[in-house]
Amino acid sequence: MTQTQTTATTEGADNEICLEARNLSVRYGKVQAVKDISLVVRARQVTALIGPSGCGKSTFLRAINRMNDLIPTCVVQGSVRLGETEIYDPAVEVEALRARIGMVFQKPNPFATSIYNNVAYGPRVQGLVRHRRETDERVEKSLRRAGLWDEVKDRLKESGTSLSGGQQQRLCIARAIAADPEVVLMDEPCSALDPIATARIEDLMDELRARYTIVIVTHSMQQAARVSKRTAFFLLGELVEEGATGEVFTNPQDERTLNYVTGRMG
Amino acid sequence: MGFAFLLPWLVAACGWMACRWSPVAWLSPVAGEGQHAQGTAAQLARLVFLTSLLGGLLVLLLWLLLEPPVIAQRSTQALLASEAQSASSRQERVALDLLRTKAQNLAAGDRPTESLKVEALKDESDSVASVARAALVLRQATEREAWLLPVLVVLGGLLGLLAGSQAPRRGLHPRKLAERIIAVLLLLSAATALAVTVGILLSLIFESWRFFRLVPLSEFLFGLRWEPQIALRADQVAGLGAFGAVPVLLGTAVISLVALLVAAPLGILSAVWLVEYASPRTRSICKPVLEILAGIPTVVYGFFAVVALAPAFREGGAWLGFTLAPNSALVAGFVMGVMILPFISSLTDDALYAVPQSLREGAFALGATSFEVASRVVLPTAAPGIVSAFLLAISRALGETMIVLMAAGLLAKMTINPLDSVTTVTVQIVTLLTGDTEFDNPKTLSAFALGLLLLVITLFLNWLALRVSRRWHKEWSA
Ligand SMILES: Nc1ncnc2c1ncn2[C@@H]1O[C@H](COP(=O)(O)OP(=O)(O)OP(=O)(O)O)[C@@H](O)[C@H]1O
Ligand SMILES: [Mg+2]
Repeated sequence: MTQTQTTATTEGADNEICLEARNLSVRYGKVQAVKDISLVVRARQVTALIGPSGCGKSTFLRAINRMNDLIPTCVVQGSVRLGETEIYDPAVEVEALRARIGMVFQKPNPFATSIYNNVAYGPRVQGLVRHRRETDERVEKSLRRAGLWDEVKDRLKESGTSLSGGQQQRLCIARAIAADPEVVLMDEPCSALDPIATARIEDLMDELRARYTIVIVTHSMQQAARVSKRTAFFLLGELVEEGATGEVFTNPQDERTLNYVTGRMG
Repeated sequence: MGFAFLLPWLVAACGWMACRWSPVAWLSPVAGEGQHAQGTAAQLARLVFLTSLLGGLLVLLLWLLLEPPVIAQRSTQALLASEAQSASSRQERVALDLLRTKAQNLAAGDRPTESLKVEALKDESDSVASVARAALVLRQATEREAWLLPVLVVLGGLLGLLAGSQAPRRGLHPRKLAERIIAVLLLLSAATALAVTVGILLSLIFESWRFFRLVPLSEFLFGLRWEPQIALRADQVAGLGAFGAVPVLLGTAVISLVALLVAAPLGILSAVWLVEYASPRTRSICKPVLEILAGIPTVVYGFFAVVALAPAFREGGAWLGFTLAPNSALVAGFVMGVMILPFISSLTDDALYAVPQSLREGAFALGATSFEVASRVVLPTAAPGIVSAFLLAISRALGETMIVLMAAGLLAKMTINPLDSVTTVTVQIVTLLTGDTEFDNPKTLSAFALGLLLLVITLFLNWLALRVSRRWHKEWSA
């Protein structure tokens, strides 16, 4: 496994901003889940969100692709910019926005259809493919990028649910990148997987970050240290600290972060 | 008689109270000898309640089982004695039945017993005296029952009371004993329910078997003519009788198909709306309403079909240039479709609702619209559940009687034209069993064969539905 710290310097355009949240607050009814968070996510690197359970990591992540719109009680205040787009602008078409921001969930959730159709779903609903050949190409490209092609190329017609848990999760990653998003959000993508499948996904993230901006929520500090370049520490809905991963883990500015990363809390 | 059913409960209640509150030593557990071994007074009271109730009910049951045959036997003897009759030939049996009915009427009537006695003693050779004697037997039985039964029931109850109250002295813990009695009672209830079902099934099979001795199974299953109106008496004008069930089944199928064509699209679309579009609040109101609609008596639907729909369809058909038969399958099927609509949409709603939210989120996260999520992710995932809903709905439509009785025809035709009049299995069963019936000719017996056929088809559909939905649940509960 490659240590990010050693490879990070080789990538240029280090400071290009991809996502920027400004004074973002999210409420579920009366529960304030995210409190006034401002955070910058840089392009083509992995940013990890860590923090104890219930501190609002998932809520923050789902605010980025407006998945919280699906929850009727949820109210969002503040702003999130993706490149030049303000995603909470009422004029923004949320379906097109979500095509630019892929998402991978905690539990693999392949659709009850073939592997092929699973990957083709996004491009199809987005109208990115016009005929079979284009679809074929896109499916193959996405599966290759997700490191799944060699395992499934002979069984594309089989049901996505027939794969193993780790394969299913990589299928979901392939599905998320098939519509060419700019950002891939991952909410604890390895928490339902065994260590070997986890290692494969971590390797994959290392490859994907050349092309995509990745935001990952994780409970494993080792994972955050292994895959991410920058880390944000959340506590009780607030952003306590954000910085280069090495700094956050070895030399945190805030005492609460120190307590968390040394295992004295959470 | 009626109040005798209350007596066991009364005795049991008395026994309970006696144990609970009476200071009488022999009824209460031996004082001071350790509550654990003997059980508390409340536990003993519960046991005594059970045993005395059982005693009373047992007596009642025995009486109900044994008394009627004994009385019948004695009154028959009274009827037969005078005329040296026998009840061997069929005519004689019918005559005897007639006399027995007369005697029953006489006994139930308001002629004083004295005058009956006088008549009974007149040694006439005709049947009047024997009828009077039989009536006397019946009346005496009634009078005896009025006092003997309550006494016996109370006695039985007291015996049970005694037996229960003595249990602790014999080293039986009242609580455990009561538990065992309750277990046996529950087992008996379950066994009764099962036995009744099996009994019905067996009688259906038996009567069908009698039918198939008269009409070969192959003719019944594959015959293309259904004309069961054969003559019961020599003077009746009737057909020769043909018992091919195919046209009847075909008619049933046509009507069910029309029903499904009406109910399936509407049911699915309304379920999709409820689950995917309506707010949880709206769904929480609409869903119960749908389920209540499923409980509308079907005769109301039949009424609706006859009064409102049939004329409207006929006019509409005429306007379009079709001629609808008076009892067209279209109308019956349409109304049947309306009947199974709440059923289908409610079950489909369940199937859609059971689709994991994570799949919807996955699709939304790819930028799908609500309709794309519903049509390309949720519906395919729920498909087996929906199929199973359809199967259940069809099996319900097949067994539905009232609507088709009012809206469908009586003649079995080999047609699949929904504008034509067809008949159904259930309609045939009803018409075969109403009016002049005798249970030893193929016309009547064919009703049982049809019933069995319907049962087999329905059971098969239900089994299939169960299998489909089981498999599906296994896949998605993981
Ligand atoms: N759909 C919802 N409705 C109401 N409250 C919610 C909802 N989802 C989350 N919450 C609340 O918002 C707060 C933050 O939840 P969130 O899921 O963002 O935490 P998290 O950091 O992802 O936790 P975990 O590490 O356990 O996944 C919690 O208090 C939670 O109870
Ligand atoms: Mg979470």
